[in-house]
Amino acid sequence: MSEVKKIATRESYGKALAELGHEHEDLVVLDADLAGATKTGTFKKEFPERHIDCGIAECDMMGIAAGLATTGKVPFASSFAMFAAGRAFEQVRNSIGYPHLNVKIGATHAGISVGEDGATHQCNEDLALMRTIPGMVVINPSDDVEARAAVRAAYEHEGPVYLRFGRLAVPVINDRPDYHFEIGKGITLREGTDLTIVATGLCVSGALEAAEKLAAEGVSAEVINIHTIKPLDKELIAASAKKTGKVVTAEEHSVIGGLGSAVCEALCESAPVPVLRIGVKDTFGESGPAAALLTKYQLDGQGIYDQIKAWL
Amino acid sequence: MNTLELQKMANEVRKGIITGVHSAKAGHPGGSLSAADLFTYLYFEEMNIDPEKPDDPDRDRFVLSKGHTAPGYYSVLAHRGYFPVEDLPTLRHIGSHLQGHPCMQHTPGVDMSSGSLGQGISAAVGMALSAKMSDKDYRVYTLLGDGEIQEGQVWEAAMFAGHRKLDNLVVIVDNNGLQIDGNIADVCSPYPIDKKFEAFNFHVINVADGNDMDQLRAAFKEAREVKGMPTAIIMKTVKGKGVSFMENKAEWHGAAPNDEQYAVAMADLEKVGEALCQK
Repeated sequence: MSEVKKIATRESYGKALAELGHEHEDLVVLDADLAGATKTGTFKKEFPERHIDCGIAECDMMGIAAGLATTGKVPFASSFAMFAAGRAFEQVRNSIGYPHLNVKIGATHAGISVGEDGATHQCNEDLALMRTIPGMVVINPSDDVEARAAVRAAYEHEGPVYLRFGRLAVPVINDRPDYHFEIGKGITLREGTDLTIVATGLCVSGALEAAEKLAAEGVSAEVINIHTIKPLDKELIAASAKKTGKVVTAEEHSVIGGLGSAVCEALCESAPVPVLRIGVKDTFGESGPAAALLTKYQLDGQGIYDQIKAWL
Repeated sequence: MNTLELQKMANEVRKGIITGVHSAKAGHPGGSLSAADLFTYLYFEEMNIDPEKPDDPDRDRFVLSKGHTAPGYYSVLAHRGYFPVEDLPTLRHIGSHLQGHPCMQHTPGVDMSSGSLGQGISAAVGMALSAKMSDKDYRVYTLLGDGEIQEGQVWEAAMFAGHRKLDNLVVIVDNNGLQIDGNIADVCSPYPIDKKFEAFNFHVINVADGNDMDQLRAAFKEAREVKGMPTAIIMKTVKGKGVSFMENKAEWHGAAPNDEQYAVAMADLEKVGEALCQK
């Protein structure tokens, strides 16, 4: 592959917020002592009066965001996925989800690509947690272009949205003139006939790489980018499954409860086919450089390819 | 309203509590009754609200952080005109807008859904912060249980409110002294409550009898004068206040009266009402 530009989606989140801040006065950003890491610091610099640091108190931050939303503000509450979806789960469910308040949750540092901080900070459960909340939109963008589009779409959407971003710089794969982001609409990135790889987040670029390797061996893989885990684009996935007869899911998240589960739930209703779920296999992560971890946990292009080869 | 009118209204609010909980065969009468005078004072005297305009962006807000005392909240909202008093017996019934805990999407006048303890105060802080950010002069009130303040989130919210000097926020603690498992001092003592809020940079007002309208009036008058810091009103109350057999009994935290007990409770309140009419 030729050298591609790499940007962490948390950077995209920060940039998109700063841009949107100019357009919308009702947009406010909350953080819990991680503005530097979640990249909301960019927004803070431009709009200090609309940036609210809640201190290390994520549960309170979610409640404050809820209160702000009742008065017409559009809060983006930011923290690491571990604390936004994990620690503050019940606040998100009861104070934001149940009253269906217009709060956006910007969760950075998701998955094992957090790297050196290790298992305590590597959230592989957030998609599972968030998608069980009625009315919650769950978005996991694959690159900078998609992440910035997702933040904009989240602002335009009326109701709670969970946005998942990463710490690791990932290849920009959607930089093309016809790219279009719509909540709930999957994107077919590559047509194929032998199997379908449904991927999300940073695994989308890995899935494309795996498809390329498979093509070299005469295996034709369709690749679908599912940036919205909920609502899931069931029609697109089912139509592809009916065509290829085999589905692989790929995500930087536990194989329990995330994209893999969501796809299986959808397919068992309309197009039951064998499914291989690639993800973090019901285990905690560990410390190490992000790229090395993705290799070890077989979530990079090679790892996805190897697992598919073993399964076929 | 003058004190006597407020007392009479609080007694009607209490009847609504007993009616709702009896009809639901479930619910939380004890903490609803201890806070009935507070509910009444807020909605009939203190707050700038209009039942005809429940979504007015400039209205004062109330968050019932101790959401299980919804029967008291619903009763005061009904008596204030947000919805018919006749709705109160539908409490906790399937299809009713009166859910077991307050739901802002269902019930007119409810400013925030609540019920999971410790969460309402954060939402109230968010509302108060929003007013400051938008140069609006509405005030925000939130009622917490004295058991509820065992939740850590309460202190996260208090720290933030003190730090941000939210002088448009009034946190009220219903210090009836009892929680489900017994006396709050025995279960896991939150005392001293006043010193804790002081340490979190609140102006603290201790109310010796939170079931006394004149004392409530004095406290809220003082709270309005406070500038540069939020106010905490710690009010001593009697759990189950007004119903003879429920007063100071933890077992009436979350239990409904049977038909016989209902008759006794309503008779107790009728007596109170008659005595007030003699004044």
